[in-house]
Amino acid sequence: MNFEFTEEQLMIRQAARDFAQRELIVDVLERDEKGIYPTQHVKMLAELGFLGMLVDPQYDGGGMDTVSYVLAMEEISKIDASVSVIMSVNNSLVCYGIQEFGTEEQKQKYLKPLARGETTGAFLLSEPEAGSDATSQKTTAEDKGDHYLVNGTKNWITCGSSAGTYVVIAQTYPEKAHRGINALIVERNSPGISVGPHENKMGLRSSDTNSVMFTDVKVPKENRIGEDGFGFKFAMKTLEGGRIGIAAQALGIAAGAFERSVQYAKERKAFGTLIGNHQAIAFKLADMAVKIENARNLCLKAAWLKDQNQPYGIASAMAKQYAADIAMEVTTEAVQIHGGYGYVKEYHVERLMREAKLTQIYEGTSEIQKIVISRDVLKD
Amino acid sequence: MKILVCISNVPDTTTRIAIGPDGKSISTAGIQWIINPWDELALTRALELKDVGRVTEVVVANVGPTLTEATLRKALATGADRALRVNTEPTDAWSVAINLAELIKNEAFDVILCGIESSDHNGSVVGGLLAGILDMNIISSVSGLDIEGDTLKVQREIAGGKELHETSAPVVLVVQKGIALAPRIPSMRGIMMARTKPLLTSDPVSSEPMTATAQLFMPKAKGACRMVDAENAGDLIRLLHEEAKVI
Repeated sequence: MNFEFTEEQLMIRQAARDFAQRELIVDVLERDEKGIYPTQHVKMLAELGFLGMLVDPQYDGGGMDTVSYVLAMEEISKIDASVSVIMSVNNSLVCYGIQEFGTEEQKQKYLKPLARGETTGAFLLSEPEAGSDATSQKTTAEDKGDHYLVNGTKNWITCGSSAGTYVVIAQTYPEKAHRGINALIVERNSPGISVGPHENKMGLRSSDTNSVMFTDVKVPKENRIGEDGFGFKFAMKTLEGGRIGIAAQALGIAAGAFERSVQYAKERKAFGTLIGNHQAIAFKLADMAVKIENARNLCLKAAWLKDQNQPYGIASAMAKQYAADIAMEVTTEAVQIHGGYGYVKEYHVERLMREAKLTQIYEGTSEIQKIVISRDVLKD
Repeated sequence: MKILVCISNVPDTTTRIAIGPDGKSISTAGIQWIINPWDELALTRALELKDVGRVTEVVVANVGPTLTEATLRKALATGADRALRVNTEPTDAWSVAINLAELIKNEAFDVILCGIESSDHNGSVVGGLLAGILDMNIISSVSGLDIEGDTLKVQREIAGGKELHETSAPVVLVVQKGIALAPRIPSMRGIMMARTKPLLTSDPVSSEPMTATAQLFMPKAKGACRMVDAENAGDLIRLLHEEAKVI
C-alpha cells in the first residue's frame, strides 16, 4: 500500500493548478453568465497536452497514467467544470474509445489530431428517448455495402457544436436489440448533419451542449469501431472509464467549494469572532473535509485499478456516485457557510453548486451507478 | 548562445515556516519545494529566447542535496535541455557561488542568469559573488533581455524609469520581476520528455563557509488592535503613555 504520489504526478497536479488558477479564474464568471465557449482556454489545454494526456505518445498523446488524470481533473474542476468536461469527454470517452478499440488507420487519422487537441471530440449516445436506457437507440446506421447511412437525433451532446470528431452510437440491426448497435466515427462537417442551438443550462454554461440531427449521413465502413454489432459494448466499456473523469470532476467541484469556504470562515466575522470559531461552521467544514477525502480516495482507487489493468467498472461507479452526491452536499453547505454572499455570483459557490448538480446526471446518473453497484453486490 | 539558469530550491511561497530544533534552520517537515520564483522567470525568458532561435541551449544548475532533483526535473519538464547538480548541502551563499563557479569554469556559458534573490533567505548575493569569482561582467536588477546577433540588449529597473544596456557575452545577469510575464507551465509532453533528459551530478569543491547563521526567529505576533472612541482622546493619550510607552 502506498499513498504517495510520484514526482511526475505532483508535477502534473501543479501544472493543472497553475493553469486553472492563473488562466481559467480570470473570466470564469463572465463565461458562465453569458454562456461563452472557452475557445482560448481549450487552445491552452491543447498546448499543455491536457486534452490528450491519457493517449499513448505514439499517437501524439501525453502517455500519462489515470491517477495523474484524476489529479489534473480535480484541479481544473475546482475553478471551471465547463473546461474540465471538455477535457474529460475528449480524453476518456473519445480518445480512449478510439485508442482501445479503433483500427490503426482510425488512430492515425482521428486519434492523433484529437490527442494534439487540434480538434475535440464528442460522444453521441443519448437520444430524446434514450438517456439512461441506452439500449433503445432510435438513431439508425443502415448498412449500404461500403458505407452506413445514419439517420436520427442525438440529445444532450457535450461539445455538440464545437467538436470536430463525433463518435456516434446507432442501431444497425433493430431485431438484434443492443447486439445490433454500432459505434461510428463521424466527421462533424459531413453533409446531412445539423446541430441545434446551445442548450440554456443551469450549470456548465460555458461548455456547449446541443442536439445533433442526422439526415442520410454517409459514413464510410472503415469508420466503424470494432466488429459489426460491437457498439453497445463499446459504449459501456468507454463509459466505465468516463466515469472516473466525471467522478474527479465532481471531486474538484466539491474541493473548490470547500477551499473557498475555509478561506471565508477565516475572514468573515460574526458575533465578535471569525465564523470558523463557531462550531456550527467548524463542524460543517469537518464534514465537508471527510466527504472530500473519501471521494478523492475512491477516485484514485478506480484510477489506480485502471492503471494496473485490473477491473475498475465497480470502483469507477462507486467513485462517480459518491463524488457526485457529495459534490451536491458540499457545494450546498458552501453556499450556506457564505450566507447571502454565497447566493450571489461573485463568490463562485453558487456556480459550483449549479455545476455539481450535473455530475449526478450525466455519464450515468447516480441511480444508474447504484444499479451497477447493486448488481455487483447481489450477484452470485 | 548557451544560457545557464541558476536554480534555487525553495519552500513553496505559501508554506507556513517553522524553525527547526537547532534554532538556526527551517524545519523541512512537510515542505513542498519549488523553483525560486525569480529563477523560474529567468528560466521562462531563456526558453522564450530559445523558442525564437536566439539561444541554442538552456541548462539549469543547482547546488543542493538529492531532494532538489525534483525541482531540477520540473525545470527540465518546463523545457530546459539538461540539468547540473552539485551534490552538497550549501551552508551559505558563498558555498553556492563557489560551486556554481566551478561548473561554469568547466563549460563555457554565454549568459548566466540568477534570480535577484531566493524567496527563502533573500540573500541577493550569489549573482554578485559568481561574477566576482569568475571575473565576469555583471548587470543587476535586469527586467528585460533580448539577443540580437552577438549583442545582448538588457533592460534595468532604476528609480522612476528604465535603463537600457548593450553588452556582449559572457555576462552574469541578475534578473527580477518583469524578465518574463509569468512562469511557463510544463506541458504533458515536456513532463514526459524530462524523463530522458540528462541530469548530471558532480562533487562539490571544498570551501570554508564565509558566514554562519547565529539564530532564526519568528517576528513577534502583531498585538490586537484596540479601538478608542473619538470622544475619549484622553484615554488614547493615557494608553500611549502607560501601555505602549511611546510618549
